[in-house]
Amino acid sequence: MPRLPAALTKNRVFRSVVRHGFPNSNRNRSLAVFTNFFLHIHPVKVRLRAIAFRRTFYLGGLSAAAFFILTVTGILLMFYYRPSVPEAYEDMKDLEFVVSAGVFLRNLHRWAAHTMVALVFLHMVRVFFAGAYRPPREFNWVIGVVLFLLTLLLSFTGYLLPWDQLAYWAITVGTNMVKAVPSIGDDLRFLLLGGNAIGEAALLRFYVLHCVVLPLALIVLIAMHIWRVRKDGGVYLPPEEGAGGGEPGPESGEEAGEVRRE
Amino acid sequence: MSDENGSSSRSFIMVPGDDARREPVRLLVVQPGDMRPPVAAANEPVVMTFPHLLLRELIALLALSLFLVVVSLAFDAPLEEVANPEKTPNPAKAPWYFLGLQELLHYYPPLVAGVLLPGLVVLSLVVIPYFDLNLERAPLWGRRSPGKLAATWAAAAALTAVFIFTAAHPVWPILVPLWLVACVVSVPGLLGTRSGPVGWIARRSLAFWIFLWFLLVAVTLTAIGIFFRGPGWSFVLPWRDGLFY
Repeated sequence: MPRLPAALTKNRVFRSVVRHGFPNSNRNRSLAVFTNFFLHIHPVKVRLRAIAFRRTFYLGGLSAAAFFILTVTGILLMFYYRPSVPEAYEDMKDLEFVVSAGVFLRNLHRWAAHTMVALVFLHMVRVFFAGAYRPPREFNWVIGVVLFLLTLLLSFTGYLLPWDQLAYWAITVGTNMVKAVPSIGDDLRFLLLGGNAIGEAALLRFYVLHCVVLPLALIVLIAMHIWRVRKDGGVYLPPEEGAGGGEPGPESGEEAGEVRRE
Repeated sequence: MSDENGSSSRSFIMVPGDDARREPVRLLVVQPGDMRPPVAAANEPVVMTFPHLLLRELIALLALSLFLVVVSLAFDAPLEEVANPEKTPNPAKAPWYFLGLQELLHYYPPLVAGVLLPGLVVLSLVVIPYFDLNLERAPLWGRRSPGKLAATWAAAAALTAVFIFTAAHPVWPILVPLWLVACVVSVPGLLGTRSGPVGWIARRSLAFWIFLWFLLVAVTLTAIGIFFRGPGWSFVLPWRDGLFY
């Protein structure tokens, strides 16, 4: 054991925070995972198949990472943004010309948002083709569909906030579709916009939805989503590949095809 | 740990240190050998989460961050003039991920394109895990598949008829992927062989092909909405007329 890490970790103050020694033994590596609030979503050991990049392309984790980046950049943007007319657009201009690295900050938030929509969609496609919605994971797939819709709504509500021509008319086109809902369409759109047309009330509603309501809902559902994955034994792995056997899955890779051709 | 204790019947024991103040491990797990965790029962290669998985997660997070930083340095987020309700741009486009729906508005009335079809898509996504078709995922071309070729094309023709008779214009973004999928599905039936790529196709299930069709339709509609629609929702070529957004 290297002396410096040992000295740094073997004292009462450090041990009051982290209750295990330097993680150079499997015992301490185990403790590092399951005594840690953030890491305990993981088991102590994982199957090598489950962490291979080509199994999942890490799409779910990358979606969560994109959401984390969006939360950080979004909070920073909130320091500079007022959801009213005409201040909202003036603040955009301030970000562009006054705030240090303001353009970069807004760029990061914007491109991370588009990336997250794409990542969540690709994650869903990957999960379908893997058949990972099979029992007992049916309801987690349903949560995943809701998470996808929430991601779209988060991106959509954020789209209005710059209050430029692009934002205004994109949301006009988007919310006009709501009018087509039979019998309650007009009322639904009024509820969403706080009026019959997009104005300051709509901007404030979209702001609150974008910064408070939808992120909170997303965080709760992401927690449920990951918790259920963990309870169901981690990333879905087709049983036929395992040495331990199980029924060969019908739609699988080459090996299972070989078996059936006999 | 089970790999350290070997044949011990108690596979997972955490003992508090001699000095509880210096070694404050307060967890004591005694697990009989016949109650080993499923990871141990899997009988396949496992690695410690720390560092193997955590390192991979860190690399993935850093790679995504690096990608976003590079993109953000290279491309600025669009910002047009201030919102003006009096001045309607032409075309007025929704955000890119809704342009598939907006493209559908070209073929169907708003009730169908904006409410009915997206509602059906969401509903069909939600119910996927509750249908045996999606759980069994049996190969479409099993050992005995008489009449499957005819059934495939009968279904494709019926769907084609439905979409042609209901839409205002020929819905190529829906029909072409349908025919494409039907053609690929037919290959094992026409060739009779089950080896190589044809065998791979033959082992795919009906659920696979239906989802693939949906996926192709979604991507095609969205791509047309993003790249090939200009003023008045006319068909444009992005390399000739530029990009409208």
